[in-house]
This record gives sequence, structure tokens and C-alpha cells, in this order.
Amino acid sequence: MPKEDKNERQKRIRNFSIIAHIDHGKSTLADRILEHTKTVSERELQEQTLDAMDLERERGITIKLNSAQLKYEAKDGDEYIFHLIDTPGHVDFSYEVSRSLAACEGALLIVDASQGIEAQTLANVYLALDNDLEIIPVINKIDLPSAEPERIKKEIEDVIGIDTSETVLASGKTGEGTEEILEQIVEKVPTPAGKSDEPLKALIFDSLYDSYRGVIAYIRVVEGTLKPGEKIQMMQTGKEFEVNEVGVFKPNPLAVDELSVGDVGYVTASIKNVGDSRVGDTITHAHAPADEPLPGYKRMKPMVFCGLYPVDANDYSGLRDALERLELNDSSLQYEAEVSQALGFGFRCGFLGLLHMEILQERIEREYGIDLITTAPSVIYNVYQLDGEVIEIDNPTNMPDQQSVLAVEEPFVKASIMVPNDFVGPVMEICQKKRGEFKDMVYLDENRVNLIYDLPLTEIVYDFFDQLKSNTKGYASFDYELIGYRESNLVKMDILLNGEQVDALSIIVHRDMAYERGKIIVDKLKDLIPRQQFEVPVQATIGNKVIARSTIKALRKNVLSKCYGGDITRKRKLLEKQKEGKRRMKNVGKVEVPQEAFMSVLRMDNED
Amino acid sequence: MATSLYVHVPFCTHICYYCDFNKVYLSGQPVDAYIEAVGRELALRMKDQTAPLRTIYIGGGTPTALSAGQMQRLLSLIEEHASAFADEMEYTVEVNPDEVDPELLKIMSTKGVNRLSIGVQTFEPELLKTIGRTHSPSQVEETIQLARSYGFDNISIDLMFGLPKQSLANWQETLKKATELAVPHISAYSLKVEEKTMFYNWWRNGRLPLLTQEEEAKMYEVLENETHANGLNMYEISNFARPGFESAHNRTYWLNQEYIGVGAGAHGYLNRERYENTGPVSHYINQAEAGDYPVREHHLLTEIEQMEEQMFMGLRMIEGVNKDMFYQTFGQTVDDVFSAAKEELTSQELLEETPTHVRLTKKGKLLGNEVFERFLLG
Repeated sequence: MPKEDKNERQKRIRNFSIIAHIDHGKSTLADRILEHTKTVSERELQEQTLDAMDLERERGITIKLNSAQLKYEAKDGDEYIFHLIDTPGHVDFSYEVSRSLAACEGALLIVDASQGIEAQTLANVYLALDNDLEIIPVINKIDLPSAEPERIKKEIEDVIGIDTSETVLASGKTGEGTEEILEQIVEKVPTPAGKSDEPLKALIFDSLYDSYRGVIAYIRVVEGTLKPGEKIQMMQTGKEFEVNEVGVFKPNPLAVDELSVGDVGYVTASIKNVGDSRVGDTITHAHAPADEPLPGYKRMKPMVFCGLYPVDANDYSGLRDALERLELNDSSLQYEAEVSQALGFGFRCGFLGLLHMEILQERIEREYGIDLITTAPSVIYNVYQLDGEVIEIDNPTNMPDQQSVLAVEEPFVKASIMVPNDFVGPVMEICQKKRGEFKDMVYLDENRVNLIYDLPLTEIVYDFFDQLKSNTKGYASFDYELIGYRESNLVKMDILLNGEQVDALSIIVHRDMAYERGKIIVDKLKDLIPRQQFEVPVQATIGNKVIARSTIKALRKNVLSKCYGGDITRKRKLLEKQKEGKRRMKNVGKVEVPQEAFMSVLRMDNED
Repeated sequence: MATSLYVHVPFCTHICYYCDFNKVYLSGQPVDAYIEAVGRELALRMKDQTAPLRTIYIGGGTPTALSAGQMQRLLSLIEEHASAFADEMEYTVEVNPDEVDPELLKIMSTKGVNRLSIGVQTFEPELLKTIGRTHSPSQVEETIQLARSYGFDNISIDLMFGLPKQSLANWQETLKKATELAVPHISAYSLKVEEKTMFYNWWRNGRLPLLTQEEEAKMYEVLENETHANGLNMYEISNFARPGFESAHNRTYWLNQEYIGVGAGAHGYLNRERYENTGPVSHYINQAEAGDYPVREHHLLTEIEQMEEQMFMGLRMIEGVNKDMFYQTFGQTVDDVFSAAKEELTSQELLEETPTHVRLTKKGKLLGNEVFERFLLG
């Protein structure tokens, strides 16, 4: 293509993403856009095309990024090329979100006409503003009787401070407003800057692994052009590859001759490992590299850790296979083999956050059919030892002895909780209980408040979400960002059964909360572990000190005194069942513990 | 060669809330046809049996739900098909306190029945209602008097403990009344909530207040003391008798000897094979009328299984398992086969040994299932 044509084409490119809270109708609206631009036919448009995984559709969340190229004939008579980049809205993936926003010039801000702005939306709007994106407010679901577009408009102006005079009123359900959205994209979203004759700079905003083609990197060309056969270099890792194919998503992948400045598409280059195609990295030409990479690259580090163990020990190798495969598509997943005396062979895994962890667990159970026992999630603690050494601990079992520890630091987050007025009291109470430090309280409108707290991440991974949900009838929305490490009075609490430590149940906990948490655990175990032939003390300890205790009474009576009219077979079956039940238990010292006991204690959605 | 016969009568005029035996509500049932079908099965089963019967036990259900004529017919059929009755034969019928009349007693006596097992369960009127029994405590006494007047001296009563809300005092009262009746045999069973019963339904919905293990264990202890003080010896985990009045029929089960079972849902053990008859009454009748064995399931025991059963049934008896008898039966000693289990259980003080027997300790009686389980080799 001659340079003039390229320039002409570049002027007609619009790159945008959609920012929305879960349930605010992002996917439905995206479907309307795909439909209106005839990108997919109505027949192809299985509901919510962009969320491809079952899990995504079920939970109404976007986990993997997706993108699509659309052609739109605007009212000015020109045909425009739109690239829509779908972003995961969850805090766990905020880095990915920031990179995909960096690949755009504009963003649709979708707000539910009755719900208003939610915490996650706000966080992502700020990310978009950081990337200098043009924000087009859209108030969705205006077909609902409870819609209050004027109130929501005011909220958007008050909270975010953007002009809402041209806000689109839309309904993903009826299709109202779709055309106006498309027109505003043409009108307001800036044309991509950059020049096609500059050295190549392409931003990787996602990648996935395909067993035939290797890694497929999702890219935005910021400068220059990219063609098959060219040698490319990853600027952060220095790795070089030869391009096999470049293409665009329509929304299915379609190979093209060239990607040029402003284009959003994919590249394959026989890359074997997603780790070689990191989100945020810059692709350039090996023979004529750019001077410097695009800004904003970060190496993703897991924030939350837990042990994953197969319920059935025979599934261990299956679990390893599952993790190996999932890792191909998920460079932020970390794992290493681990042995627990109570749970057997398993893996210590690191995740970006709680949702990331839950999704992985669910995919392993669902897609690979392996039942899992999951240990309590942990964060990374910095432990300063008396000998001057500083170590990072992600597994409570590895916590050094109390005597050799000088200080422990834990990660803190800045949490923003949006909640109706009526629930401010309960939310503040939860935050206090979770060792939160009050920072700010901002009224969004007469009825809604944004509470800002500094909170320890470990309290959030414990049961913060559940508490928040149940104490606000589900009205609270919540988002957080990591703000660094702070020293806390943290101790390792062990659980002992009949004097034997159960490694899988050790947790690191704030000293002030140790008793309460220890009491919950020992009482639960008391109820779940069947009586043994001897009395079994269940203790929660810190160092050598017992802080909570309960007792499983000795088995007093277990004898079938019925006659059953000569039905010996039935007696046999009863005994066989009893024997089989014991066989399924794990031995901790002399104590036989049913798997359910571990699971129930380790489960986070603690009903107590 | 089996010398014991069990006959099942699966009819009841009232269904108790705890009972999961094979039984149906009497009204509208083809009772006469059923009795004839039992006759056919008896004919099939008894034709190869040449040894005289040592024990007969008619259980249920409720045998006394039968009319006098039906009872007469059933007992005649048994008489007709049984090869012979041994001298001193033990012939038991289970009876309900509110269903016994002179006519029935006369028929049973004439036909050779010499032992009655009465379903008393408890003497507490409220508890009787709670568990779905229809008789009153005074009817028990009347029944026993009436039975004695017809010559039935060998009487056993069934009691239950660990019933919902049952107090220890209440249990002691029941035991007192039971021993005052001066019957030579008592069976005392602790409640076990079984599936397909009213109790199970209530339990599942959290509406059945059961006792703790400690309370049940205490009741068991009291039971042992009270019976002992009244001259009844515990000879099996839940059976107590004056010397010479131990149930010979049930002993057949505990000694792991063979027996013939006849009737819907009855169990039998013949030629090393355990079998279970068809349960539903009409199916049973159809099969019997077609001249087939009305069997639902059967399983030929391996030698290992026989040895396991010899142990876990035999250990129910207070005397325990006879080591010589075990060796004579299997050509191996108890130690040859079960040394690991024996050693462990002995160290746990659940099992002990005499020169002739292996038996449960006092502690072991309350934890019988823990012991029995260890004698399963699989």
C-alpha cells in the first residue's frame, strides 16, 4: 500500500475499549455493536460473543481479553475501521486492563441507568484517564422502569468530572443508542498517532497459547508496520522470532498481509512459551529496532498463594498436567510441587488475586475433572530476622520461629468501597474489624458514599468479600490497589491434633485476632472429626502457647445391637462401609481425619 | 445340614416409626395366598432336609397380625413340610402385646410353639407413642399372665433404649418393670435410625432428638447391672437369660451355622450360600406359585468370608469365639488368619483371650463395631 493510502487509512481507524461494572451490560452492548456493524450475523451471534469461556458467560465476567475489528459506515459517508478491545473488569487483572487501555485512544464508559457508578468502574476510568483516553459516557439499560439517567449523569460529573452533556442513552436490550455510540466513536475518539515509516513498536496486550501455532500475541501497532517473514525482537526479554502470520479479529482470526500503525490484531511467530510474549512488552524489528520500548511494562508478580491438593491422591499427575496446560495461557500463574503431611502431594500456587485463584480452581475442577482441596490463601510477608536476613514467606509453614523474628511486614491495599448511605455503619465496622485505617469518605450523591480505607491484603483474602456482601445485602462494590508493605504484629498460628501439628492448617494472623480465629477453627474441627477411641485435644497455638482449645470426646459406644432376623449380609455391609470410611481418612498422628474436615476448615466462605 | 428354620410374616396392623424390616400394612393384603406361598417354599426348601429341626422362629412383621385360622394354617404347613421336630426343640413366635388372645395361644400351644418373644420396647406410655407402638404397658402384663396360663413359661421380652428423649430414670423404670415380670429372657436393643422409616425422615429434618453416646453408654451399663442383679446373664451383646433359657435359634446365627429362611424378604444360609428372598409380597407369591425359589439375591461365601463372619458374629457372644471350633471348621487357627487384628485390638483393650475362646472385653462390648470391622480382611 502506498504511503498516502496508509495515512488515509490510519485517519479512519478508531481504537476503543469498554469500561463497565459486572452486570452493567457491557457484553450485551458489545453484541449490539457487532450486530449493527454486521461484524457477525445475527445467527452467529450466540449471546455475548466476546466472553468465550463457559465460565465467563456463567459468571458474567471477562477473564481473557478479546478484541474485534469492525467496519462502520458513518453518516459522513466514510467507512471506518474500529478495533474494540474487551477488557477484564476485575482488580486482579488491572495490569492487563491498563495495557489494553494503552492500546486504545478512547473508551466507552458504560454505567447502569439505575445502579450508578461502581468501585471497579471508577478504578478503570482512572486507568483510562491515566492513558489519556477520550471517554464517552453511555448510560445503559434505560429501558428499565427504575432507570434514572439524569441522576446518573450528575453522578458521573460529580465523581469523575467529565462532561456528560452528550451522554448516550442506550439499551443493549432494545438496541437503542447503538448508532449514536458508533457516531460518537468516529467523532470523538482520536485517530491513532504514529507513523508507518518509523521503526516498529507494537504493544502486546494479551497472548494465548494455541497447540498448533504456539503463542498468539495480541498487539497494537503504535509505530511502523509488521509483515510475515520479518524478524522480530521482544524488547524486554530480548528474544527474537520470525513472524509466521499477522492478522485481525473479525472476530475470528483472519490473516492479513500487513499490520500497520494504528492496527489491532495478532502475530504468531512459533513462540513456544507465553512467558516470551509478556503483556506490556514491545515488539520491534530485530534488524532495525526502536530506540526504546513503550512505557508502562511491569513484570507481573503473584499476590495470593495457596496449596492445591487433589482430593483423590491418584489425581496428582492429572493436576500437574492441568497446571502445565493452564500455565501455557497464563504467564502470571506460578506453581511448584509441595508435600503436606496432612494432605499429601500437591502444589503451591501463586495468583494475581482471589478471583484469579478461584477461576483457576474452578477451571481445574471443571475442565480437568479433578476435585481439589485448597489451603487457606496467603499473601507474601517480608520477614526480618534477628540475624539481619530478610526473607519472603508465601506459605505459613515456612515462617521461622518466633524467637528469630525481628519484624514482619505485610502488604496493604487502598480499598475503595461504594455503598448506599444506610450501610456505611456496617461497612466501617467490618473495615475496623479487619484492621483497616480510615482514609476518606466521599459522597457520590445524596444516597451513595465512597469509603476509602487502607487495609491489610491478608484480611481481604480471608473473608472480606463475603462479609461485605452479607452486611450490605450485596449493594457494596469494592476495588483495591496495592500500596506497599507495612509492619504488623503478625504471628504464625498452628493447629494441633492430639499434640501433632497439622501443617496444612497453619496460618499467619494478627496477634489480636489469633484467639478468635483459632477458636473458630478448633470448634469446627471438633464437630467434623469423628470420635476416636481416645480423647483428642484440638489446640490452636502460637509458639508453645495454647490460645484456643476444644476436645473431641472419646468414642463411647459403637455397636450394632440389632438382630436383623439373620441378615448377616447386612451386618457385613455395615462394617464394610465403616471400614471404607476410615480408609478415606487421612492420618494425623494417631488421629483419623476425614477429608471434609480439612475442606471445611480451609473453605473461605466461613459461615461462622 | 441346617436344623434351624426362620419363617417371615411381613404383615403389621400398625407400622412402628423405627422399623425397617420387610413389612406391609395388613389391610387388603393377600394374606391367605401368602401363607400358601410360604407352604410352597417350605416344600421346596425342606425336601432335601433330613435332620430334625432343632429351632423354629416365626418373626415379622407381626406374626400375631394373622387371624386364628391363618395362624393355624401356617403352623400346619410348617408341621407338614418339616422333616421332623427334634425333642427339646425351641419353637418361637414373635407376638405383640395387644394382639394375643386365648384362641391364638391355644393354637400355638397345640402346634408345638413353646417360646414367645414379646415386643414390649418400653413401659413408658409417652415413649410408646413416640416410637409408634399401639399397646399399653398394662397389656404387657396381661399378655404374659394369659400366656403363662396356656403353659408358655419360656417368654422373652424385647426392650429398646436410646429412644428419643428417653431419660436414664425412665430406662431404669422400664428395666425394673421388666425384671419384675420375672421372664427368663430379655433382649435389649439400642435404637438405630434406619433409612426408609419415619424416624429417618424426622432425623434428616432435625426433628428427632437422639441421645448422646455418653447417655447411651450409661444406659447400657445400667442394663448390664440390672439384669445381672435379677439373675439374667448377658450371653450376647444385647441378650440376657436365666441359665438354660438362652435363645437357641439366635445362637445359630452367632455360631455362624446354617439355617433355612422362608417367606418374603427372609434370609437364609444354606450350603455356604447366603440368600435373600424377594421382598414384595405379591412378587413373592408369584414366584412361589410358579414353583421357583423366591430368591432376590444370593452369594456363595468364600472361605475368607466364612472366617470373617465366624469372627464378627461369634464375638457378639460373651463367651466369644471358640478357638477349637474355628480350627476344626477351617483347618487354620484364629491366630493364623487374624493375628494382626487380634494383636492391635488386644493392645487397645478391646479384645481378650481365654484358654478356649477369643472374646470382647468389657470396653469392647460397647465398641463392638470397631472390633468387628478389624476382622474384615478385604
